[in-house]
Amino acid sequence: MTDIATQLSEYICKEALRRPNYNLGIDDALISSGLIDSFHLVDLAVFVEEQFGVHMDDTELNASAFDSVAQLSALIQQRIK
Amino acid sequence: MQPIDRYTTLIQPIRQRARQNPESVAIVFVHDDGSEEKIRAAQLDAEAARYALALQACGVQPDELVILVLRHSQTLLFAFWGALYLGAIASIFPFLTEKLDPQIYMERVKELVTHSKARAVITFPEFKAELSALLVEAGCAVLSTADVTQSEAGETHNMEGRAKPVSPAKRVSPAKLVSPIYSAEKIAFLQHSSGTTGLQKGVALSHRSALNQIEAYSRSIELSDDDVIVSWLPLYHDMGLIAGFVMPLVVGTPLVLMSPFKWVRDPKVLLHAIQRHRGTLCWLPNFAYNHSARAIRAQDLAGLDLSSMRAFINCSEPCYDDSHQAFLTRFAACGVRKEALSTCYAMAENTFAVTQHPTGRAARLDWVDTRALQEKRQAKPAFAGASGATALVSCGVPIAGTEICIMDEGETGFANDQPAPERCVGEIALRGNCMLSGYYQRPDLTALNIRAGWYYTGDMGYVAEGELFVTGRKKDLIIVGGKNIYPQDLEAIANYTPGITPGRSVAFGVFDKKLGSENIVMVCELEEKGNSEATNKAIEMDLRRRVVQRSEIALADVRLVEGRWLIKTSSGKISRSANRDKYLKDF
Repeated sequence: MTDIATQLSEYICKEALRRPNYNLGIDDALISSGLIDSFHLVDLAVFVEEQFGVHMDDTELNASAFDSVAQLSALIQQRIK
Repeated sequence: MQPIDRYTTLIQPIRQRARQNPESVAIVFVHDDGSEEKIRAAQLDAEAARYALALQACGVQPDELVILVLRHSQTLLFAFWGALYLGAIASIFPFLTEKLDPQIYMERVKELVTHSKARAVITFPEFKAELSALLVEAGCAVLSTADVTQSEAGETHNMEGRAKPVSPAKRVSPAKLVSPIYSAEKIAFLQHSSGTTGLQKGVALSHRSALNQIEAYSRSIELSDDDVIVSWLPLYHDMGLIAGFVMPLVVGTPLVLMSPFKWVRDPKVLLHAIQRHRGTLCWLPNFAYNHSARAIRAQDLAGLDLSSMRAFINCSEPCYDDSHQAFLTRFAACGVRKEALSTCYAMAENTFAVTQHPTGRAARLDWVDTRALQEKRQAKPAFAGASGATALVSCGVPIAGTEICIMDEGETGFANDQPAPERCVGEIALRGNCMLSGYYQRPDLTALNIRAGWYYTGDMGYVAEGELFVTGRKKDLIIVGGKNIYPQDLEAIANYTPGITPGRSVAFGVFDKKLGSENIVMVCELEEKGNSEATNKAIEMDLRRRVVQRSEIALADVRLVEGRWLIKTSSGKISRSANRDKYLKDF
């Protein structure tokens, strides 16, 4: 996992799932699977902005924008330029 | 402000305002992109008349049920009043969202239509074909918003509610509509109360009840000509429908309305709207306080002025002081005062509010001994902040015309229909002049919940010094982010999830302090022993996906256990509370 992906995964497991040792796969469906709900999604966006300086529009908080750690990581990577 | 008691129906004040003050702004509709559109009194009236005529043309008669399968939009607002203008019964069904499985959703609509014998459904053009096919057996007409003919103004609205010009050929005068004259006892609308997925209860509310509620409630919050109501609440829930829609329109209070969908993803839109319009009143479910405090960052607060707000009213879930404190900590610098944090205890069965805390005073806290509360069901006063003490937030006093009574549970745990003494926890019962007429077409359910004129709420609480404190819920209902969820519905989903032993699952709620709301945990017994981690993970993801597609609920935790973990009662049933306690201990 890239560093971004690792940080995302750690955050999600700790804050959203409340299971720091959860085995979250980089391609596991996050939103469409109901793993994280709308509120945690907003928290995640705040984390992404504070941690990586990347802004996500509220219209991007859905499964078609990203549905996995891998996809979110790629999105962030693109914007850190 | 017009005195409410001169009206016999909800549509009279709407029509009157359209005649007397046509240009006055009834609603400021805030679009998701932040732009705003003013809906004037005359326009609301004309649009409602259009929908009424269209329903009439479809064969809908007064007293028949019209179900609105529409997302939050101006269309929804107009269609609701359109049904009422015709003398039909309006009922708003929560719209399909991206996480829900469309097929399952459509089946639900069909079930609802069939059970309630709805006469018509109004929906968007994209769903018309599918719904028409589905509902043809039920004899229910499906009207698409595109079918509704144009008003004299020559405008119509697309799905997002934006005005767009229309060909002259499609215009019809709203004067064609002849408003039926009818009694105040007539059912105005249905609200969907909690019920397991298969058995939604429709709370039938008359014009009389709604008007009584509006009159009593507006008095209890001292609603005045200086007030501005700002809301993102969904209209399919009593809080949003009454406080955030019908009441302001009937009373004439300016209303600023935005989408719940947008608010969840971007909670600061509410605060910006408050500032722009100098909002004074807003109703919120408990979790909204936490969500706002967490999701809105310090840099978003710069220059934000919320000092116009005289009351944020917390209702529809147990109210937690921690949530209020989190909100106050975050927004005090923007002018939110402690005295502005108010509370209300409300339910569809009383149209909306049952009790209201006096506005202008900080919601009172009652510190009680935790053990006495849990074990002896007594609210014994304790020192504030002491360990072993719990703080309960007051929900205030009953609104005029409504009485509450704490029914004693005695030894058996079943209400014996005797009032409990002060500070004794029992089931909250209510009666008054804004109650439901009954559960729509379900006299059996009505008889079950209403005894000797008292409606038994299923909530537990006590009264102290005249104020109501809600302690919890009698039945197993879980409220997650404002949604009513029955554990048996989720357990049923687990029953047909491969890898999980049917009948050996349990779902229960666990309060999440950070969210300020309950969350749902499921513990399910695996069919096979010795599964690999990967297999178990796949089963978990499968269960989660099935649950979210049916209910939009993201399970907070799923634990797959092997045989023998789940506790059963002596009669062999799986005890939700015992397993909940075990979960909290073990995991």
